Amino acid sequence: MHIPLQSRLPKTHHIVSMKQETAHVKTFTFDTSFGALPGQFLMVWLPGFDEVPMSIAMDDGEQTKITFFDVGDMTKKLFTLREGDLVGLRGPFGTFYEWEKNQHLILVAGGYGAAPMYFVAKEALKDGCTVDFVVGARGKEHLLYLDEIGTLKKTTLHVATDDGSVGHKGYNTEVLEQLLKSNVSPRAESRGESMVFACGPELMLKRVSELCIKHQVPCSLSLERYMKCGFGICGNCTVDPLGIRLCCEGPVVKNELCAKIADFGQYHRDSVGRKHSFENPSKKDS
Amino acid sequence: MQLQQTVLGVTFPNPTILASGILGITSSSWRCVAENGAGGITTKSLWLREHMGHPNPTIIATDHWMLNAVGVPDAGVEKAKDEIGSFMRRKPVPLIANIIAESVDHFAKTAAEIVKLYPDILEVNISCPNVEDEFGKPFACSAPDAASVTAAVKEVSGEIPVFIKLSPNVPDIGSIALACAKKGANGFTVINTVGPGMAIDLKSRMPILANKVGGLSGPGIKPIAVRCIADVYRATEGKYPIIGTGGVFTGEDAVELMLAGASLVGIGTAVAYRGIGVFKNVCDEMKQWCEQEGIANIAELVGSMHSTLATDH
Repeated sequence: MHIPLQSRLPKTHHIVSMKQETAHVKTFTFDTSFGALPGQFLMVWLPGFDEVPMSIAMDDGEQTKITFFDVGDMTKKLFTLREGDLVGLRGPFGTFYEWEKNQHLILVAGGYGAAPMYFVAKEALKDGCTVDFVVGARGKEHLLYLDEIGTLKKTTLHVATDDGSVGHKGYNTEVLEQLLKSNVSPRAESRGESMVFACGPELMLKRVSELCIKHQVPCSLSLERYMKCGFGICGNCTVDPLGIRLCCEGPVVKNELCAKIADFGQYHRDSVGRKHSFENPSKKDS
Repeated sequence: MQLQQTVLGVTFPNPTILASGILGITSSSWRCVAENGAGGITTKSLWLREHMGHPNPTIIATDHWMLNAVGVPDAGVEKAKDEIGSFMRRKPVPLIANIIAESVDHFAKTAAEIVKLYPDILEVNISCPNVEDEFGKPFACSAPDAASVTAAVKEVSGEIPVFIKLSPNVPDIGSIALACAKKGANGFTVINTVGPGMAIDLKSRMPILANKVGGLSGPGIKPIAVRCIADVYRATEGKYPIIGTGGVFTGEDAVELMLAGASLVGIGTAVAYRGIGVFKNVCDEMKQWCEQEGIANIAELVGSMHSTLATDH
């Protein structure tokens, strides 16, 4: 895909509205479009502070939204901004989710992943797709985008919470497994038309990947790595042993390619390129 | 048509080299670049110990230029051992290890650690323009400083050729090269980024790069690279191989740098514009150009502007 080169220079935009989604999640809206597709990301710059990659929660051709957790220094600072404040944006970068007309999509979202997945659902419905939308979070108070998803046509919402405060008690991947199983037996003929997309914590993605291999359902996953440039030159987001760059060949990666990435579900690299295991979480911004 | 180039006993399948600072954090990334046609790989600058680099934004670009102030992040020599070790065990193309340090003493220490890994060439980065706040003017901006670093590195580098990476941001690059040559430098990498430059966001009225200033690269710096290569080649009487780097996007750009005196041609920023396949593209274009011009061996081009000048004028 051709990326207009001017997209590599950030430009500041006023926050035209903001929404407090949960105690730790906000959505900012900007009066501009990047022509972004679901799954792509923007580099989000707070002048004088830092710049981080973020999934695009919505780009409808007129407005663009980002939804983020206040988990690192940058996003905590971003959290304190008010309407009218300036945020720098550049992009869109990376690969995007692709579907065919009238396909059945199973969207699996963990935590903030609900935002980009909602963008997928909204666009895919325009192509006559049907959607099973599986949202997971630690507890009721951390669930995102339920109201928005509730308004979507031809969409069945499934909720899973670790503490059981709402929906299935347990992981969203357990709900996915049920869906894949039910899809396999009574509607075997339609299985080939179904596809799974997932966005969320990497260990969740790893499980989604395993389940889709087991049930032979095609799947695409959104992988997140530390990024600096966003356009394939700094090398910070390269993965072993392929050496491919997840800002260009990702973030949305097909399961067949994921299977060849040794890092997947195992480790990620920090700003100096050192490996950190997902089993032993280390300091990481947004 | 022969693209292979041998420089100080090191044979490169073609003259295109991944320039330092672009990609190049991991062994798998180097392999990926080699698979995409690069004749040689230069690592990102390696430090003795962990060095953090600058906060983002660190790399920004338009159609005309790129500015970077990544600030030379690196995890230190232990990671270098893992990555270089892994690459050298099954090496597709020669590896140039680029080192950096904040003092002459640390240059020697870093070089001593890295030469144990037997890279094909040691490239010494004395010219990064975006760490001045931390370390002051680059060593490459003073002939005595550049010479001191060269001498210290040469003392520990053994048989491995030492290339000094020079800055274009000096009044007389030839005299700096000559000072390094007198202390035993085996070759030069010409040039590092230009400037530094600055870009301001209009609405916030803030410099965009977190470091405020950054090194300028992209197609527009090629004429500066060509002039600097020509200066270094002339000052050192064409006796020292040069890795020419700066603004190379096409095969014809590469040919131009070779005519000025480069034996090998570094490509970096062009990866962001023509994709990772730029190495193969440039090779194909060089080959095509040479075939049209009836040139059998790419080595014929090196420094030939100087001989033309000597003959014709």
